[in-house]
Amino acid sequence: MNLTLKVWRQKDAKSKGGFVTYAASDVSEEMSFLEMLDVVNEGLIHKGEAPIAFDHDCREGICGTCGVVINGRAHGPRSKTTACQLHMRSFKSGDTLTIEPWRAEAFPVLRDLVVDRSAFDRVIAAGGFISAPIGSAPDGNAIPIPKENADLAMDAAACIGCGACVAACPNASAMLFVGAKVSELGLLPQGQPEREPRVRAMVAQMDAEGFGTCTNHGECEAACPKGIRVEFIARMNADFVGASLTSGRREATGDGGTG
Amino acid sequence: MELKSNIPSGPLEKKWDKHRFEMKLVNPANKRKYTIIMVGSGLAGAGGAASMAELGYKVKCFCYQDSPRRAHSIAAQGGINAAKNYRNDGDSVFRLFYDTVKGGDFRAREANVYRLADVSRNIIDQCVAQGVPFAREYGGLLDNRSFGGAQVSRTFYARGQTGQQLLLGAYQALERQIGLGQVEMYARHEMLELIVVDGRARGVVVRDMVTGKVESHLADAVCLATGGYGNVFYLATYAKGCNGTAIWRAFKKGAAFANPCFTQIHPTCIPVTGEYQSKLTLMSESLRNDGRIWVPKARGDKRAPGQIPEEERDYYLERMYPSFGNLAPRDISSRAAKRVCDEGRGVGPTGLGVYLDFQDAIARLGKGRIEEKYGNLFEMYERITDENPYAVPMRIYPATHYTMGGLWVDYNLMSTIPGLFVLGEANFSDHGANRLGASALMQGLADGYFVIPYTIGNYLAREKFTPVPGDHAEVRAAEKAVADRTARLLAVKGKRTVSSLHRELGKIMWDHCGMARDRKGLEEGLQRIPGLREEFWKNVTVPGSGAELNQSLEAAGRVADFLELGELMCLDALERDESCGCHFRTEHQMPDGEARRNDEKFCHVAAWEYTGDGRRPNRLVEPLTYENVELAVRSYK
Repeated sequence: MNLTLKVWRQKDAKSKGGFVTYAASDVSEEMSFLEMLDVVNEGLIHKGEAPIAFDHDCREGICGTCGVVINGRAHGPRSKTTACQLHMRSFKSGDTLTIEPWRAEAFPVLRDLVVDRSAFDRVIAAGGFISAPIGSAPDGNAIPIPKENADLAMDAAACIGCGACVAACPNASAMLFVGAKVSELGLLPQGQPEREPRVRAMVAQMDAEGFGTCTNHGECEAACPKGIRVEFIARMNADFVGASLTSGRREATGDGGTG
Repeated sequence: MELKSNIPSGPLEKKWDKHRFEMKLVNPANKRKYTIIMVGSGLAGAGGAASMAELGYKVKCFCYQDSPRRAHSIAAQGGINAAKNYRNDGDSVFRLFYDTVKGGDFRAREANVYRLADVSRNIIDQCVAQGVPFAREYGGLLDNRSFGGAQVSRTFYARGQTGQQLLLGAYQALERQIGLGQVEMYARHEMLELIVVDGRARGVVVRDMVTGKVESHLADAVCLATGGYGNVFYLATYAKGCNGTAIWRAFKKGAAFANPCFTQIHPTCIPVTGEYQSKLTLMSESLRNDGRIWVPKARGDKRAPGQIPEEERDYYLERMYPSFGNLAPRDISSRAAKRVCDEGRGVGPTGLGVYLDFQDAIARLGKGRIEEKYGNLFEMYERITDENPYAVPMRIYPATHYTMGGLWVDYNLMSTIPGLFVLGEANFSDHGANRLGASALMQGLADGYFVIPYTIGNYLAREKFTPVPGDHAEVRAAEKAVADRTARLLAVKGKRTVSSLHRELGKIMWDHCGMARDRKGLEEGLQRIPGLREEFWKNVTVPGSGAELNQSLEAAGRVADFLELGELMCLDALERDESCGCHFRTEHQMPDGEARRNDEKFCHVAAWEYTGDGRRPNRLVEPLTYENVELAVRSYK
């Protein structure tokens, strides 16, 4: 098939970017979307032009490195599919594809389609963990965890940190990403001692990074390649309200229950 | 150069305890005076960086990805082994040790493997404490499944994303230390040179992959946890960025490279479809718990799988290995797949494929249960192939997946360069000539969480350190080497792209140093690789400059190193004139086609010492002694 690509080109973070049009010809429908870009890049290199920079690594939909907006949709038209797992059979000959980087104040463009997502790491560093120094753990079966809790925690833990939720959100909110981590750790008994400080610290960092707030559009869930659900945002909000009422000071509580 | 394994004396099961007691300690107040560099942020790297930071050392951690959470450990699907015996099915530390030594075809060190099996139990405990959401049963306890090469269920898993969940656990522990200021994290930084001062590893030269700035970082010890070098084959299940540059630079500075020819070809990957293909995707070995592998009995049978009646199918693994069946180890399963395809019984458009069929399992357990166990893998298969594996069998074929070879290390994970430690897949230590499924995650975390925190202290406490000045001659020389190499790559301005040359190298390696090897083919490979290397340096084209984000330049540097490493792999495969595990020399096989080892001549580790560019490296030998298991013909029949 033959396609027309309109690709965002930007030399570096300081330069002004713009769309450049390329023809992609003889594209096989067995190719992945990124392999199609590889072929276009080979052509550009042969012509002495700078290839299109795009982030990618595992190319099997799990590392979360790739991510571009294709015709206005983060990761392209196929639901629950990262750009690397999107195959060209999702398009037809003659299509025009507009390809852009994630657009969000908290994700500055570094070059072409490559953005800086280190804000996500800083949100995790603020509290997205269970403090369990190596060597201190009791036996793995010492604390039974109801299967339903473990399964729901795993649903949230499936997040790959790609940032599509932010790119899809009209407010560039990161609440699906943060909500997934808050929910996962909050569903596990091991996560209870730090549950309140965790949500407070992560939300504060999220705000400091310049992510917007959630106004319930649900675009994030639609764009998420791993099917993370907005119910995790609701869980985070509930935890956050509860944690805010205790305003920083932790008090001993009687219940050690989960979820 | 001498290879001193430093294996502690005493009975096998007491060695690690005894060694831990005998090690010198660094007192808590002094730990903060030491700086340790960790290159890599996968299970071994993130785990090691976090655990050393928790102890109080200052750690600088580097990764080429944009975040430490993206290291390729994340892609491991099936699970992690641990000798917990929660199933009451006869597992024990000794059995896991024995299975691993046997699985590696008796080419791994007993003492290392025993330690690995021993700490495997602590790993599960640690991961649960960090909040890793392992699969559980309705009673709330941890679930298990089986993996290849074992007759017990000892594999813990988190759906088909076990590597992801374990890595996120290690990543979160690392981020916690970053937040506390104990770790300085350098993402999008690639190590391009090792700094050795007075014979000890004291730092690295890295390139900031966004700005192109080259800078040196100095420390008291350096750890490499940079993964394997399987991308030398171009098509592999590795992430595109995985590379051998860090270990190759260390090799050239004096670190011996052990068993480079030991590469794992995984039996269950999605077959190649076209020339443009950039990578191969694994379908987890766990699928072989319920999937049955078969090909038609007749050659060239082009009927659709559903139209081939039961009696005309050859479930060849079940036929050849009745006691392990579809869960025969990876090297054996891969070779069996190659054999039936070479016989002309392969399936799919290219004839390079076999069926992995779930019809029986779906009939037995119901579609719902299969979906629960493997749903995300089935979805991934469907996205890539556009075929529904619930309705038609998957097509699979072997692909490069892991490298058992790597930098030589002693029992303390220290290479032949004092102060240079090597962890995880980057070292050679635990898997011998074949790695069992669900053991890579185990080794990465064992090295990172439970070995390096001890052995690094022992090294630091026994040595004296004075700071290395930033303008030291060795630092300057290493920086210059990086600048010169970059300039040279940019100056060629030839006609061929990096990936076209990489693809050609991969083809040579696959044809001559792949699943089956022989003298003639290896000699041909050894002739062709230097020719291709020459072509690379004459005719590669790398657009742009060194002072910007330049993905072509990054790739070019990695491929330049693969063009040297590939030659060493062929040389090692040629010199190891026996078959063992993954290393199948067609000259050495049993009448039934199994690998024929030569324990008299080759029951050893071969470690190569660099002697200068264009010169043949030295082959050193570390003899392997087996005191606790009997050297036997590996049988899975």
